Amino acid sequence: MPNTKTKVAFKGTPEQEAELKKFIAEIKHEKGATMPILQKAQEIYGYLPEEVQVIIAEETGIPLTEIYGIATFYAQFALNPKGETQISVCLGTACYVKGSGDVLQKVVDTIGCEAGSITSDGKFSIDATRCIGACGLAPVMTVNGEVYGRMTPAMVPEILKQYME
Amino acid sequence: MDMVNVKVNGIPVSVPAGSTVLEAANAAGVDIPTLCYMKEINAIGACRMCVTEVTGARGLVAACVYPVAEGMEINTNSKKAYDARKRTLELILSNHRMECTTCARSHNCELQKLANEYGVKEVRFGDPGSLQPQIECSTAHLIRDNSKCVLCRRCMAVCNHLQSVAVIGASERGFATHIGSPFDRGLGEVGCISCGQCIAVCPTGALTEVDDTDKVWAALADPTKHVVVGTAPAVRAALGEEFGEKIGTNVEGKMVAALRRLGFDGVFDVNAGADLTIMEEANELVERVKNGGVLPMITSCSPGWVRFCEQYFPEFIPNLSTCKSPQQMFGAMMKSYYAKQAGIDPKDIFVVTAMPCTAKKYEIRRPDEASVDGLWDIDATITTRELAKMIRKAGIKFERLPDEKFDPAFGDFTGAGVIFGATGGVMEAALRTAVETLTGEELKKLDFTEVRGVAGIKEASYEVAGMTVKVAVASGMANAKELLERVKRGEATYHFIEIMGCPGGCVNGGGQPIQPGNVRNFVDLRAERAKALYAQDAAMPIRKSHESPLMKKVYAEYLGKPGSHLAHELLHTSYAKRSRYPGLEAEKA
Repeated sequence: MPNTKTKVAFKGTPEQEAELKKFIAEIKHEKGATMPILQKAQEIYGYLPEEVQVIIAEETGIPLTEIYGIATFYAQFALNPKGETQISVCLGTACYVKGSGDVLQKVVDTIGCEAGSITSDGKFSIDATRCIGACGLAPVMTVNGEVYGRMTPAMVPEILKQYME
Repeated sequence: MDMVNVKVNGIPVSVPAGSTVLEAANAAGVDIPTLCYMKEINAIGACRMCVTEVTGARGLVAACVYPVAEGMEINTNSKKAYDARKRTLELILSNHRMECTTCARSHNCELQKLANEYGVKEVRFGDPGSLQPQIECSTAHLIRDNSKCVLCRRCMAVCNHLQSVAVIGASERGFATHIGSPFDRGLGEVGCISCGQCIAVCPTGALTEVDDTDKVWAALADPTKHVVVGTAPAVRAALGEEFGEKIGTNVEGKMVAALRRLGFDGVFDVNAGADLTIMEEANELVERVKNGGVLPMITSCSPGWVRFCEQYFPEFIPNLSTCKSPQQMFGAMMKSYYAKQAGIDPKDIFVVTAMPCTAKKYEIRRPDEASVDGLWDIDATITTRELAKMIRKAGIKFERLPDEKFDPAFGDFTGAGVIFGATGGVMEAALRTAVETLTGEELKKLDFTEVRGVAGIKEASYEVAGMTVKVAVASGMANAKELLERVKRGEATYHFIEIMGCPGGCVNGGGQPIQPGNVRNFVDLRAERAKALYAQDAAMPIRKSHESPLMKKVYAEYLGKPGSHLAHELLHTSYAKRSRYPGLEAEKA
């Protein structure tokens, strides 16, 4: 799943940075502190952009390369913020065999950014998710929490149109 | 030491307890194939090429990490192991872009060699023919093509553990796993120091140096250019390996003959540039000691180290000697002193150097390295490997070459210049001159053996003219980092520190001939190649830079005295703090 470098400008505040640095200072000497630090950073900023990973690298002394390796290894970390409109397409087994891959591709083509990333204006983000427990409706897409079931690629533009206004 | 008795393919051997199956096999004279294993820094059992049958284990074990036990019988050559290794090779090759005929590592590729040895005729999996190049070429020295990467992680290991630069890592997971830099930035955007150690350990053609031989061929073919070449001390200690000589053979004479046959108009030695560096650097040290200048003074010959300092330890920039590296001094002298002597317009002189180093490709275009009429001091630099390639292309039968001597105009050098290629060599060369300058007396013993050898950090102190001179030597950036942090914490004080970018110094530079893992893991390249230089030094009639007839002539006729105005113009440079995250900084600006 591509988790590409974000195109959205970083809008972190000094308060967020201070909070992160305080947390790092408290925990950095403990063994295995990297994961909790990354989780805390994501909690504070909502995602882990390069600027935030550089702060973590500088404060902990762990090379940025290692931080980035961990952030891209685990699905729980995001390199992109969520858009004003969050689109998720389920790629769980049931949805996938019913053709959700094509639905996702249609979403990507319609919105113009890759799964796991965000449009440069910050309006839309696309995620490919694991099973969301609505297999009876497969394939499933959600937009801002609203569930759309029995999707076909043809339905995608119609649904997304209402979020584009 | 506790010893353990095992049998390897029926051969009894006794090895220290805690040894691995791979080490036991080596002791028995048996080679087990490896792709990922690097002694001490990359024992990760990842590539599965070394799988071997041993008694007491249920399945095959990874020989590089599996410890031996008393009475163990190891069978490296069972059908089961052969089949597993061949299947592994097929799987690796299923995702490897095979362009062996045009690959820079053809005939010197560990993967190609193993595929041949194991008789891999076809790859049943995937569609390797459809793979496209994935090129990263944002630096002056390196090209990465991930379509040839086997994910062995040797490059990561050297970058992280030996160099502590850690700009190469693995990102993402599963089939998407790939080697790269944070946020998939180019190496030029992340604080790489261009040392090239990653290239030297890559088992395939995924990492290669930028090939600059075409620039040299073009200059040689241009009748308006006067093309001169200079060779670094360490090149002669390793070039022979490219032509089947034993590791540690000094091939200086043949190298000179080959360069002459390639058509260079002047065949000179950067050893003379090294002597010049000592004249200036020893003078700078004496001045700093006498006049309360910034101490410890730290050497500046290694462009990888200089860049490391600028990026990671900018607080030590005032400590860096302002002397240019021997290569840059050589270039500046070619375009000034030599141009004048030979009566050639400096802009018609094309200066080439052959270096054990990839960072030199970066250094030649640093600001402040163009001292004559804004002309670059050096026009092109090639590695030892590229020089070997040129010699082969020219059809020169290296082993049949006679031993020849450098051209006298800038080819006369001392033993001090020779040892510049090994860790501790610059220190020793500088001490030979500085001590005599401070005491005004002739040294009784020229060998400063305390600073020799491959240890990562070496310290010594000498009683000179009523004062205790404390020195330290480090090679490899992880060792340099440790030493500098000690100095920062105030745990150690020195007058003079020598730092070389690559572990063991230039003899083990990133541009030296590539030795495969099964040689590197069991032969100390640093020590073997350094021996060639120390032996040459010991046999030289003149072993102190300040006694070199060429140096005496150059200063008398041209430069005046060390540290003179002209010397400063030509032979000294400047440094600046640089970002560790240049890519991100550039985007912000």
